[in-house]
Amino acid sequence: MESVYAQYVWAVPIAPLLAFLVLTLMRCVVKGSAAFIGVGSSLIACVLSILILLERLSASTNVYTVNVEWLSFGAVHFELGYELTNLNALMLVIVTVVSTLVNLYAKGYMADDERQTVFFAYIGLFTFSMLGLVISPNLLQLYIFWELVGVCSFLLIGFWYERPAARAAAKKAFIMTRIGDVGLLIAILILFWHMPNHALDFQSIGQVFASVDTMSQYGISAGLATWIASLIFLGAIGKSGQFPLHTWLPDAMEGPTPISALIHAATMVAAGVYLVARTFDIFQLSQTAMLIVASVGGFTAIFAATIAIAQRDMKRILAYSTVSQLGYMMLALGLGAVTAGIFHLFTHAFFKALLFLGAGSVIHAVHTQNIFQINGRGRSMKITAWTFAIGALALSGVPPLSGFWSKDAILSAAWESNKLLFAIGVVAAFLTAFYMSRLFFIVFTRAKRVHTEGTDSPIHESPAVMTIPLVVLAVLAVVAGFVYTPFYSGFETWITGVAASDHTNVIVIIVSTIVALSGIGLGYFIYGPNGVREDRWSNVIKPLYHLVERKYYVDELYKLFAVYPLKVLGKVLDVFDRYIIDGIVRYTASCTVQFGKLFTRIQNGQLQSYGLLSLYGFSALLLLLLLLGKGLW
Amino acid sequence: MSSMLASYLTLAAILFCIGLYGVLTKRSAVIVLLSIELMLNAVNLNLIAFSKYGVVPSLKGQVFSLFNIAIAAAEVAVGIAILIALYRNRATTNVDEFNELRN
Repeated sequence: MESVYAQYVWAVPIAPLLAFLVLTLMRCVVKGSAAFIGVGSSLIACVLSILILLERLSASTNVYTVNVEWLSFGAVHFELGYELTNLNALMLVIVTVVSTLVNLYAKGYMADDERQTVFFAYIGLFTFSMLGLVISPNLLQLYIFWELVGVCSFLLIGFWYERPAARAAAKKAFIMTRIGDVGLLIAILILFWHMPNHALDFQSIGQVFASVDTMSQYGISAGLATWIASLIFLGAIGKSGQFPLHTWLPDAMEGPTPISALIHAATMVAAGVYLVARTFDIFQLSQTAMLIVASVGGFTAIFAATIAIAQRDMKRILAYSTVSQLGYMMLALGLGAVTAGIFHLFTHAFFKALLFLGAGSVIHAVHTQNIFQINGRGRSMKITAWTFAIGALALSGVPPLSGFWSKDAILSAAWESNKLLFAIGVVAAFLTAFYMSRLFFIVFTRAKRVHTEGTDSPIHESPAVMTIPLVVLAVLAVVAGFVYTPFYSGFETWITGVAASDHTNVIVIIVSTIVALSGIGLGYFIYGPNGVREDRWSNVIKPLYHLVERKYYVDELYKLFAVYPLKVLGKVLDVFDRYIIDGIVRYTASCTVQFGKLFTRIQNGQLQSYGLLSLYGFSALLLLLLLLGKGLW
Repeated sequence: MSSMLASYLTLAAILFCIGLYGVLTKRSAVIVLLSIELMLNAVNLNLIAFSKYGVVPSLKGQVFSLFNIAIAAAEVAVGIAILIALYRNRATTNVDEFNELRN
């Protein structure tokens, strides 16, 4: 069947780009309708990508690629273009759906903000970059958009730049992700060097890295493949907030909440997962790289989940949860279960965006992010509470919500290949259910035991423009999981192009259900309406609680081992510059000045000394002539 | 004959040097002017000596020296006039107090 909509893939990113240009160039003209332009452009992109997805679901699965030559010198050609596979058709839908809903939500959330136009312009730019990243046919173009989404993330985290914390968080996000980006860049350079014809497009990469034989045929050793894969993964670690570069993601919560939902939960942070999935051919050929991916992912999943237990900031809890869930996705990829990873990315995008938007709705109403200050005041917000509950249940992995199916897919993959990682996944799932129920019960159900002063004003539900996206996302969070259940594996066939068997694993289903329910039960026991006080148990394990509450002191360690040494180095270089380099410059200048002063003393205005001087000069000339032996006559 | 030329030239040189010394060292502007006259006379002496004992003796040198004397007289008149004007303004004739060239 002839692909109709696939030809118009280029239009998907163009719509938000146009919105960005219009909002930036005609800022004054369109001031009142900024939100309208934002929502409209992303809606166009959304409708188009859904059409594309439907077409790909019904029709052929061949890859649609268009390339235009960009740069060419000698035998090296760089190309720009777009490529449509089933994987990125799915990504297009995720990005545009979440983007549309976030745009709509932001219309309500940012209604009072003076810089609304700038905000929607940035979202447009981000959506454009993210879509561009998704449809990039080669690594170089992907890298360009990769950096672009990084810039947008930086701009939007620091959107309220009058707050020092926001500025610091923006800088931190930029620098931390930059560490990973360097890895990705090096990987691209190595690939550029070793690939035949310096090709960087995914299809050539897929051909070269199809198997060990083809790889060695092109002169790429196994060690080199491990290096390339690890360096690509380093880029993914930075972008997806994996340990040890995760610290920027919780700090990024200083940005407006719609941004946290769009960039730091649903789309940009998933770019790392997408990158690994896209270059999975390289990973597959290196056992070492796969093990690295799986262990980093598994470790991050459990590590971030424990931190989330003891946080007090609503958004930070969700941020650590995001880090943990991204770890899950990496774990799946590292186990070779690409479909499970992508599936979790897909479901996570919806329920995590839902949770963030719900949190934003509460924060918007009560003007605090501290869950103990909110303390049950979210109760009067019925729609928010119900949708948040759905999101929390989905994240906790309660059947039959979407999170259950995707987590189950990952866990059953782990069950089959690595029991240790399976155990880690189960523990992380338990912790996830626990901290989500803690968050939910404290924010929405807790009885008003403690009255904080000045908080007695009634809390109202957010306007419809904010609740509609919540409802839509809640519906998606419920149904998205049925795409790929243990009893239906068409999704896997569709994504990987390889016929797959069903992966029903009753033990895993039972275990994960029990774990999720017991996590919620424990949460209810401690934080429910009649629960015991938190300090009861936190006092019992005080040092451990403290360690977790302070996020394992990772930030402090970085400060000690990276920030301070660099600052000292900076000081040393500063002193060197100030006193040695500048000293030389100043010394030269003062020499010249002193030399000049010497001659100003001669120029004293005394006629007689001028006369004397010219006499000396004349005598010296005569003497010179005599000495040279020319004679005076 | 040529020994006469040498002694005239020596005398002229001595006169010139005395004049130069006076110009460079004396503080009083009047004495400086006098010293300049001394130097001019040394030059005149040279001219006359060469016109008499030179390689091609002629009257030209003596005519030149007459011109010189006339011009020197005029120059002294101008010099004294400037000096008086300066004295009226600054109430001094000390050369080392005139450093207007500096500014």
